[in-house]
Amino acid sequence: MDALTTHLSELGHGLVTTVELTVVTTVGAMLLGIAVATLRIAPVPLLRAIGTAYVEVLQNLPLLALLVLFVFALPTIGISFPLFTSAAIVIAAYEGAYLAEAIRAGINTVGVGQAEAARAIGLTFGQSLRHVILPQGLRAVIQPIGNICIALLMNTSLAAAVGVVELTQAANNVNLLEAQPIAVFTGAGLAYMLLALIIGQVTGLLERRLAIVR
Amino acid sequence: MNQTRQILFDEPGPRARRRIRIATVLGAVVLAGAVVAAVRQFASHGELAAERWEPFTTWPIWRYLLTGLWATVRAAAATAVLSAALGLLLALGRLSARRPLRWAAGAYVEIFRTVPALLLIYVTLFALPQYGMNFPLFWKLVVPLVVSNSAAFAEIFRAGILALDRGQTEAGLAVGLRRGQVMALVVLPQALLQLAPSLVSQLVGLLKDTSLGFVVSYTELLYSGQVLSSYTHLLIQTFLVVALIYLVVNASLSKFARVLQARNGRLTGRRGRRTADLPPPLTEGTTVR
Repeated sequence: MDALTTHLSELGHGLVTTVELTVVTTVGAMLLGIAVATLRIAPVPLLRAIGTAYVEVLQNLPLLALLVLFVFALPTIGISFPLFTSAAIVIAAYEGAYLAEAIRAGINTVGVGQAEAARAIGLTFGQSLRHVILPQGLRAVIQPIGNICIALLMNTSLAAAVGVVELTQAANNVNLLEAQPIAVFTGAGLAYMLLALIIGQVTGLLERRLAIVR
Repeated sequence: MNQTRQILFDEPGPRARRRIRIATVLGAVVLAGAVVAAVRQFASHGELAAERWEPFTTWPIWRYLLTGLWATVRAAAATAVLSAALGLLLALGRLSARRPLRWAAGAYVEIFRTVPALLLIYVTLFALPQYGMNFPLFWKLVVPLVVSNSAAFAEIFRAGILALDRGQTEAGLAVGLRRGQVMALVVLPQALLQLAPSLVSQLVGLLKDTSLGFVVSYTELLYSGQVLSSYTHLLIQTFLVVALIYLVVNASLSKFARVLQARNGRLTGRRGRRTADLPPPLTEGTTVR
């Protein structure tokens, strides 16, 4: 237990980094997900193809391979960002593909009549999406989106493999110093479970407040 | 898919067709601009030179990468078999009539669904050896992956078993089968057939997880790329080729999952079985990784 208390500040920093990375990435991935889902249902075939290609590529590549490519290989062609930024970009791009699929599933649940009504009163594609389809579609998939956010939280740990000192890496560093693996790793595991629990609770709350019972 | 395409727009008239054409041209210009920018970025740093790509036309380089791919496949296969078996047991445990069993299986699943695989890998790398549990390299990768993936598999199996019509169980009991027999002879065969697409999708996730071999120094595909690039100094080329290999393998598996899904849709369409509660394949929604 000593190891936890004496290194509280390191572990705390790691925890804060994990939370920051999770929040920044969730926001980015959500925006990207809505954009890609929109592309995938757009009337323009080329845009649909771009959306589909994005989802296919990003869902079928390992996140770690993307991180390694971005952090270690892109600097050789002169593209480099600070480590945290790189990790946030890559994780947001990766989870954005999953969110896009979830959002598209949500859009599919909206009744055809809703879209037809929106068109009948003269709304354009963008307007009917913004005012009619998305508000209903997103509410239908709050639970899946919450699950993706929990997956995202767990995936932020992969940033450790390319050198970001977040919770997993901080725990590992402290263990290497103190050699008290049980206390340190259990502590880190509990912190992740707590964060996942918080996401789950928030999702449940939103679900109860917003979901439309059909 | 077809349905969504039709939802938001009517059959385009002349003006809409013109707008679609304009959007297509704009999209193509943006896309071409991105490609040109990427090529220029490569060229200005000399990464387009023929001798920096030529090695990837030679057999020794490919043999090395394919050996890495084979190691990835072996790790994925071992993880898949073990975590599917464990996941099935856990799902049956969670649905068991005995409370302690239900509780234990539930606790296992809830814990390992929300602990990152990398943390488990660090535990096998740096913690377990202190207690005399020093696995060979292969198992240092596979054991933590099994621990976390079995929780995901358990959730898939449980969802599939619960989604099956209760009448099936009741009919099994009515003809005098015991609970175990009902599960083995009636429920599981049908649930597994329904779950095939989700299981294949989970396989894609699991294959992606084996890239954590990078951390363990187990020479699967990604770590092979790392080793190779430290010899050849062809960083971006190597990792792009590695990414391409992952893409081909995983996209084939995903495609297979979609084929299974379509076939199941036809089967259940004919028999009118309930499928609404099944976890949708190819999303991260139900199988938290």
